[in-house]
Amino acid sequence: MKRVLTLAAAALLSATFFAGAASAKTFVYCSEGSPEGFDPGLYTAGTTFDASAHPIFNRLLEFKPGTTQPEAGLAESWEISADGTVYTFKLRKGVKFQTTDFFTPTRELNADDVIFSIGRQIDEKNAWNKYISGGTWEYADGMGFPKLIKSIEKVDDLTVKVTLNRPEAPFLANLAMPFASILSKEYADSLEKDGKKEQLNQNPVGTGPFTFVAYQQDAIIRYKKNADYWGTAPKIDDLVFAITSDAAVRYQKLKAGECHLMPFPNAADVESMKSDPNLEVLEQEGLNIAYLAYNTTQAPFDKPEVRIALNKAINKKAIVDAVFQGMATPATNPIPPTMWSYNNETKDDTYDLDAAKKMLADAGVKDLSMKIWAMPVSRPYMLNARRAAEIMQDDFAKIGVKVEIVSYEWAEYLSRSKAKDRDGAAILGWTGDNGDPDNFLDTLLGCDAVGGNNRAQWCNQEFDALVKKAKVTSDQAERTKLYEQAQAVFKKDAPWATIDHSLAVVPMRKGVTGFTQSPLGDFTFEAVDIAE
Amino acid sequence: MFGFLLRRLAVLIPTFIGVSIIAFSFIRLLPGDPVALLSGERVMSPERHAQISAQLGMDRPMIVQYFDYLGGVLTGDFGTSIVSKKPVLDQFLTLFPATVELSFCAIIIAIALGIPAGVIAAIKRGSIFDQGLMGIALVGYSMPIFWWGLLLIILFSGTLQWFPVSGRISLMFYFPQVTGFMLIDSLISGQKGAFASALSHLVLPSIVLATIPLAVIARQTRSAMLEVLSEDYVRTARAKGLSPFRVVGIHALRNAMIPVITTVGLQVGVMLAGAILTETIFSWPGIGKWILDSVFRRDYAVIQGGLLLIAAIIMTVNLIVDLLYGLVNPRIRH
Repeated sequence: MKRVLTLAAAALLSATFFAGAASAKTFVYCSEGSPEGFDPGLYTAGTTFDASAHPIFNRLLEFKPGTTQPEAGLAESWEISADGTVYTFKLRKGVKFQTTDFFTPTRELNADDVIFSIGRQIDEKNAWNKYISGGTWEYADGMGFPKLIKSIEKVDDLTVKVTLNRPEAPFLANLAMPFASILSKEYADSLEKDGKKEQLNQNPVGTGPFTFVAYQQDAIIRYKKNADYWGTAPKIDDLVFAITSDAAVRYQKLKAGECHLMPFPNAADVESMKSDPNLEVLEQEGLNIAYLAYNTTQAPFDKPEVRIALNKAINKKAIVDAVFQGMATPATNPIPPTMWSYNNETKDDTYDLDAAKKMLADAGVKDLSMKIWAMPVSRPYMLNARRAAEIMQDDFAKIGVKVEIVSYEWAEYLSRSKAKDRDGAAILGWTGDNGDPDNFLDTLLGCDAVGGNNRAQWCNQEFDALVKKAKVTSDQAERTKLYEQAQAVFKKDAPWATIDHSLAVVPMRKGVTGFTQSPLGDFTFEAVDIAE
Repeated sequence: MFGFLLRRLAVLIPTFIGVSIIAFSFIRLLPGDPVALLSGERVMSPERHAQISAQLGMDRPMIVQYFDYLGGVLTGDFGTSIVSKKPVLDQFLTLFPATVELSFCAIIIAIALGIPAGVIAAIKRGSIFDQGLMGIALVGYSMPIFWWGLLLIILFSGTLQWFPVSGRISLMFYFPQVTGFMLIDSLISGQKGAFASALSHLVLPSIVLATIPLAVIARQTRSAMLEVLSEDYVRTARAKGLSPFRVVGIHALRNAMIPVITTVGLQVGVMLAGAILTETIFSWPGIGKWILDSVFRRDYAVIQGGLLLIAAIIMTVNLIVDLLYGLVNPRIRH
């Protein structure tokens, strides 16, 4: 019996040894969840984009690594008409689609692929608009593409003309977003011919740095280097996503050398990661904001002086320390400091309980009772909204404001918090989509968004005019000025208490090189390498 | 025996319909709109919301949706996932072998250790061994699975590095799935070290999943054995001068096994519930993790389809247990 046990233990140990030994140039990423599918247009989650849009596909424009600046991608150049409504893209020549076990392309990228990829998302009559049961184009719809784009035409094989219904400055940045990935029309046609349209979402073919090999649901995604890649060839041969949903387990895998890099560590683990000699921890301010949105249509929160008084009673430093263990910075403006046009002149409301109390008294507010809505889920910009709400509750009590904390199930929370007659101030946040200030300022605070994304129900004509003008202005210097002014108006009127911008923390094994953190929160591995 | 089988089957049909009603209606009673969740923080316009609801068939009265669903189920169509857009049955069949493999190993561990432990505890009733064993069983029964799993990972994978942290097989092995059972597929693949790797990945999750059933089986065996050991025929056997091994192993244990078989059958349900947490912590791609993710995403089709399929499996297992019971004790058939 003893001998049997010894043999069994030896077998298991040898298996562990084999498990630890990775083949040369295989990069393992312990991803946080399963992709919903592989057609980026159908989804909105970063997890899905990391597994589909970034390794497999390209877009007409790409964000320059580590920035939110769009640069040439599959389009090598473009021209914009004087009125800002016609964009003419010149496509790169000689771009090959990936050859896989299930598809061998016979032609290179051309205008038909671009028209197919975007057209299906904006035209309900397109044969690929409803190619999958229950499939919807959430991002294209959310960015207003169906109403914005008037037409997409082929000028010649390598030239595409997009006509807009109105000028829209963030349009180029939108085209660099994952949902605007370019798929192969030739592949789609072959699937249609075989009656297997839904395979487009399961067996992807793109022009990106890695070729899809296999996906085992909830377990592993395998890719190999795209030998025909038009850009700089990846340095690793194989890319593997080991799907590991629990952050504590991801950390153990990273420690044991079972993966090279992981996203979203637990805040409490970051200190021990930093002291581990085998690990390196990257940090970057995230492109996000957490805020407390007052209902500015509801008395007494309709008075800016009341809102400012409450803002002065919020100890943001305490929230950042308690909720993020320091992995965040207190927020001043409604956009993060990493975003262009951030207004450095803005002064934040200093934490001053006496001043807050006096301002409330001056505004004639006595015995105020209010609700603070705390999100039930952890999001990158706010890990624990209830804890943050409790800190506010405690401080507000010191200035004589009684707070009741309320919460709902997440979908209910999202739905109820946008109601115009919502009772109380709601904690919520936002993560930028395309790095354009419009994606924060107009999307979250514009008059059109009242009753929707504008949880403060705040419609300030001066602010709205500034952001609307910036939206149709092509010149970035001019736009910067307009957005800076808009931020000043925002701060003066204080529809929100800006709470924090969280840091994105990425732990990885020592010896991993070439990984650049994206301010948009994307995980891309085209330039990574590992020491052998 | 055939009549007994028919009677049991007749009870299963209304139970199945009842489960389908519960699975269908309870998720819809929960707050949380799956359509709104599709866009997260990004607010969806009311027109868009209505359009997608119609596309998913959610704008119709609930009763119509239910009968439509039931009709689909009877023809083998369990709906399509709102999130992945794949048929629920296909996903279930892909993931189910992983859960079966894990549960099977766990139940084997639970039986192999639980029954002898219970028997020994009963024989040595009141001894330190008995008290210690039952104390450990109580701790095992009360152990939060999530915490227990993480503890084992930190100790055996992180610190001692004896076992891999999570997953079903080392990433260096890649072969097509034939049966979906990794132990079998790794053998079929013929790749050196694949089977050992699959086995080493099974150890920690199996121990975690086996913990509660092991404790229950040990306690049940102990109490059944104590009861049987005080019966007259056991005393007679002893008086006849039979060896203690024959008395306990042949005469007492066989009779004590009847309630234990029932307990083991019931543990299948407990096991599937435990699989939800075990699979989540060990990144084990089975149906438990799949259903849990779907609850957070309000993926109605997956939750109701998954629950219904699991219920059908548990009912089938219980039917088999009932039949076994009937075989062991013919009086029960009547």
